[in-house]
Formats: sequence, C-alpha cells, structure tokens
Amino acid sequence: MDSKELLKWLSYPIDSKNILRKRKTIKKNLLSRNFSYKVKIAILGGSTTSEIKNILELFLLKNDIKPYFYESKYGQYYEEALFENKNLDEFKPDIIYIHSTHLNISNHVEINCTASEVDCAIEREVDKYSSIWRALDRFNCNIIQNNFDYPVDRNLGNLDGYDIHGKVHFINRLNLELSDCARKNNNIFIHDINYLASQIGLTNWFDRSLWYQAKYAVSMDSIPKLAFNLSKLINAIIGNSKKCLVLDLDNTCWGGVIGDDGICGIDIGVDTTTANVYTDFQKYAKNLKDRGIILCVCSKNDLKNAKEGFEHPDSVLTLSDFSSFKANWRPKYENILSIANEVNIGIDSMVFVDDNPVEREIVMDKVPSISVPNVGSDVINFIDHIDKGGYFELPNLSSDDIDRSVYYQDNKQRLEQQAVFKSYDNFLLSLDMESEIKTFSNLYIDRITQLTNKTNQFNLTTKRYNASEMDSVYHSDTHIKIYGRLKDKFGDNGLVSVIIGNIVDSACHVDVWLMSCRVLQRKMELAMLDELINHCKKRKVLELFGYYYKSSKNEMVSSMYMGFGFELVKRDGLDTVWRLNISSYEKKNKLIEVLNG
Amino acid sequence: MDREYMFNSVQEIFRDIFDDKELIVTNGTNSDEIEDWDSLNHINLVSAIEKEFNIRFALGELLSLKDVGTMIDLMLEKFKNK
Repeated sequence: MDSKELLKWLSYPIDSKNILRKRKTIKKNLLSRNFSYKVKIAILGGSTTSEIKNILELFLLKNDIKPYFYESKYGQYYEEALFENKNLDEFKPDIIYIHSTHLNISNHVEINCTASEVDCAIEREVDKYSSIWRALDRFNCNIIQNNFDYPVDRNLGNLDGYDIHGKVHFINRLNLELSDCARKNNNIFIHDINYLASQIGLTNWFDRSLWYQAKYAVSMDSIPKLAFNLSKLINAIIGNSKKCLVLDLDNTCWGGVIGDDGICGIDIGVDTTTANVYTDFQKYAKNLKDRGIILCVCSKNDLKNAKEGFEHPDSVLTLSDFSSFKANWRPKYENILSIANEVNIGIDSMVFVDDNPVEREIVMDKVPSISVPNVGSDVINFIDHIDKGGYFELPNLSSDDIDRSVYYQDNKQRLEQQAVFKSYDNFLLSLDMESEIKTFSNLYIDRITQLTNKTNQFNLTTKRYNASEMDSVYHSDTHIKIYGRLKDKFGDNGLVSVIIGNIVDSACHVDVWLMSCRVLQRKMELAMLDELINHCKKRKVLELFGYYYKSSKNEMVSSMYMGFGFELVKRDGLDTVWRLNISSYEKKNKLIEVLNG
Repeated sequence: MDREYMFNSVQEIFRDIFDDKELIVTNGTNSDEIEDWDSLNHINLVSAIEKEFNIRFALGELLSLKDVGTMIDLMLEKFKNK
C-alpha cells in the first residue's frame, strides 16, 4: 500500500476506521524507518488498554519515536503503582501513562450527603491520585494522568451539573482540584480527556456494549482519537513539538492578491464576512507567536507589495511579528531552506500553511521533513488543521517560551549586520557580548531541565533529564554543573548553554554539553570551555573526557572536541570519546566578556 | 447484499485484522484455527464488521457464534431487517 496514503490516515482529520482495520499493515510500513527517539512507556490502566497501546504506537512511530511498552494487568493502575512491582521496576519507564476514567472514581456522593461530605469525597479522590504520583516518584520519570470524562447518563438531568450531589458537578470540581494538585509537580502532565470527549461528543465517546463486553472505557472509534491526542502530549514532553509556523500570504493571511488588488483591495478587518475569517486566522497565528512560536512568511510576491499587506490598518499581524520574511519569486522550498537557516531551526520543526495545493505538494516533495497540513483552500478550516493537528502542543508555559520569538527576531538583525564587517570575529566583537557562566542555581533549574529536553542540534550526548533527575545533579557534590547566559547589544538571549561533568577520581566526564540554537556561531562554547576548565582546576581534576553520541540532529558538533584540541581515545561506530590534559590548557575565549562577579 | 459478497468482505476484514493477505476463511473457520484469534482480536474483528456493514450485534448474540458461517447468517438476518 502507498505509504503516503497510510500517513494521511494518521494526520488530522484522522481516519479511525482504516487505522483500526489496517493497524498491522501501517505498523509494518512505519517500522521500516529510522527513529530519532526511543521512549519506554508504561501504561497503567483502569480499564482495557490493549488497542490504545497498539494505536498509540502508530502515532508515535509516525512522529519519529520508537516506543517500548509496558502494560499493567487489567484495571490494576492503583495496585501496580503503589505496591512493589518487579516487572515495572525492571522496565524503567521514561513515561508512565495512567489511563483512568470516570468509571474508576471510587468516592461517590450519595443523594443525602452534606456539603462537607461532598468536599471530603473530592479530597479523598484527589488523594488517591496524589498518592499514586508520590509512589511513582521512585521511577524519576514523567507521568501523564487522564483527567475525568463525564458519564453518559446523569441521574439528576440538568441539575446534575449544578447541584452538589450531581456526578457532573463532582467531576467538574474533581478536574479542577486534580489540575491544582498536578501543577505542584513539574513531572505530571494532565491528559485532558474531558475536552477530548466533548470534542468527540459523549454519545460517540463511550460505547456501553464495548464496556460490558471488553471493558474498554472508550468506544473503539474514539481510541485512535485518544491515542492521537496522547501522542501530541508525549511529543511535547520529549521536546518533539514544532517550533515555527511558515505562512503564505495571498488568500492565507488575507483574502485576495496584494499584487493585483493593492492594500485597499485585500480582504482583512471586520467589514465583510470573509475579512472576519482572515482576521481571526491572523489572531490565531498572533496568539501562537505570543506563546513562543516563531512566525515566518514564505510567499510568491514582490517584497514591497507583500510588506504593504501588513501595513493595512486592520491587519492583526505586523511586520515585527515575523522572524523571517521571504517574499520573492523563487521556489518556496528554497525560501523555506533559507528561513530555516536564518532563524536557526531544523526543517522538521516547521509547519507550512498555504492555501495552494500545488505549492503544498511541491514543498512536501522537496523538503519532506517539514509538516504540511492539508488545510484545503478555504481559510475557514485553517485554524482547525493547525489546532487539532497538535503541532505546537507544549508541556507547560515557561516565561522563556513567551520571550523566545523576540530573540529570533533579534537574530535576524544580527545577520543583517554581519554583512558589513570585514571578518566574522570583527562582527562578533561588535556585538558587545557579555556572558555570565556560573554553577546551577535554583532559579534556573526549570530552564536548564527544559534545555536538556529540547536541545537537539548543539547537544553532544542528547542526554535528557526530568525534574527529579536534574534535582539529584543539582544536589550532587561530585558534579561540575555550569550554565551560561549571553547578552549582546541587541538583547538578552537568556540562559543558553549547559555543561554537566561528573568527577570520578581525578578525571571529569562531560555528561552534558549543550547550547541553544539561538546562539550558534557566537563562539560561546569557548567561554564555556574556559569556565569548565577553571572549575576542574579548582577541584584538582587533571583530565577532561568529552563524549559525542551521534543522533540524527547533532552532526554539527561531531568534531567539536577535536576543534578544542582534545585527543581521540575511542571510537564506537559514529560515537567518539575524547581526552584533554588540563595542565597545558590555554584560555580560548577572546570575544565574550565573562562577568561572574 | 448476497451471501457471497458479504463473505468476501468478511474475508477481507479477517485478512486486515490478522495481517495475512492469503488467509482463506470458510463457513467452518473458528477461533481454534486462527492462532491470533484471541478475545481482544475478536473485539477488533467484531468492531470492524459492525463498522463496515453498519450493523450492531447484541451482547448475547456474540456469545453464541461458533464459526464464521453462523456469524454471516446472523449478519444477513440483521441486514434484511434493517
């Protein structure tokens, strides 16, 4: 079967019927690829999970993730979490998914309960889950927890959501309390099946017959939708979500053709029906930008005309919202490659939206790693394709995400400056770079953990840390752990580089060396190396060992240690180990002022 | 819909679910003859049939099915009464 067709079934709007029926064919087809990620997922179910696991596997494979599964015995989510469990211990999960639903609620409200008894039942139910999470702490891993769906029947009718004795009321409060409790732990992620069930419709979400026959708490038809939703959350957790939205202009950002119709002729604003639709699409894109997604333009237009479109008084997006703006007559795939270069992200982190099916097809064909949702040609459907496609799912909102798109814009200014300098070092000097390179502090631990999970390119070992693993490094005496912040005349890049070294006897082994792609080519790594050596000397370390583990994305640093003058001591396939004698080291950074006062 | 057409469609469903393009299903085929035909795959099979023909089996009906032949007889009946 054509693998393009199979992939289409797994993209929004997903084809549940074919996915369920042809699951094995799809799996075989997907398994023939190479995978960037390997993830061990333990599913602890409050109901049957067999087909959920099977279909989740397909979506993960499609997203470049090879999953390995552990499945609890039927309905044993509570017992397997709380009590000794050798199999799960041996499995060492990266992610635990707790598939519980309203059918697993064990504290019920009787019709004669008092208000405080209702409070108490909710508290007991939330306690059940927080005790599960506490018990699972022993695995140091991420936990995905379903919230609660509504039951299909409601004894009290409309009163059910309003009166304190109603099940709907109970679930509404329970979900809020569960979220409050989950937010206190940064390794717990709520999988919102309550919203998912609303989206699908409760009547289709739950199948009584299937429940009694096979104890599936979700209808067969909904299982692929649940698995799809879950796969997006897993993407976000492991840092595999998309980062950049590339937009066409004519009939995408506004109605009409700016080159023909002019600024007065395009459809945007609130005056006509279609103008409203384009305005709302721009608002959606703007909201994405405000929470850290990079926006870019890729359009066949004269640059002057294209820019004029955003000077329209009703345009929600303005020129300053875009980190890269390509309007010319070159093929779009060429422009996409130069956008990737300019904002410094991988093509596989980009989503391209264009109303023209031919343009979409060519881009898909020439740069297959970019995501091109099949948005159709009617702007009214664009938001659904982007939103329900789940490309930009995020695990949490860090203040850094909110500032990020600003940095990428600064980067563009830097590139423009570069052109007028004699040498690259000259250019770098003109940036007046200042750096702070220090031992980890509590203030930055979240950001540091986040960086270890989403940095792919400049990352020597691609070693991921969850919050509790990072906590143990933070408190360890045998680790050198330094972060680097970088400022320049265009702005503050924030915390951009991390090194974690493990001291064994008189040698330091570099477990983590990474740098955010927003400061590549700034020679920041030299300043980091200087500081690392300083720390080594203070700790009487004599030798430094560097490790390079090849991934699909970190080719750019494959010879970093060689460039630093390390000697190669071991080669294992594409992985390499390097050594440096510290006593003969000379300071390398000459361009960045390091202020550690 | 005649019995032969329905039979062929059911065979296609069996081939997809058990991932065996050459699988031949007869009236007498039952769960003893197909290795992967366990209770979970049985549910997948029934769900796919229900979806394909837009019919639903009642709970008791599924328990009494002893082979593919009786299943198809039941399906034809449901189809007639639709």
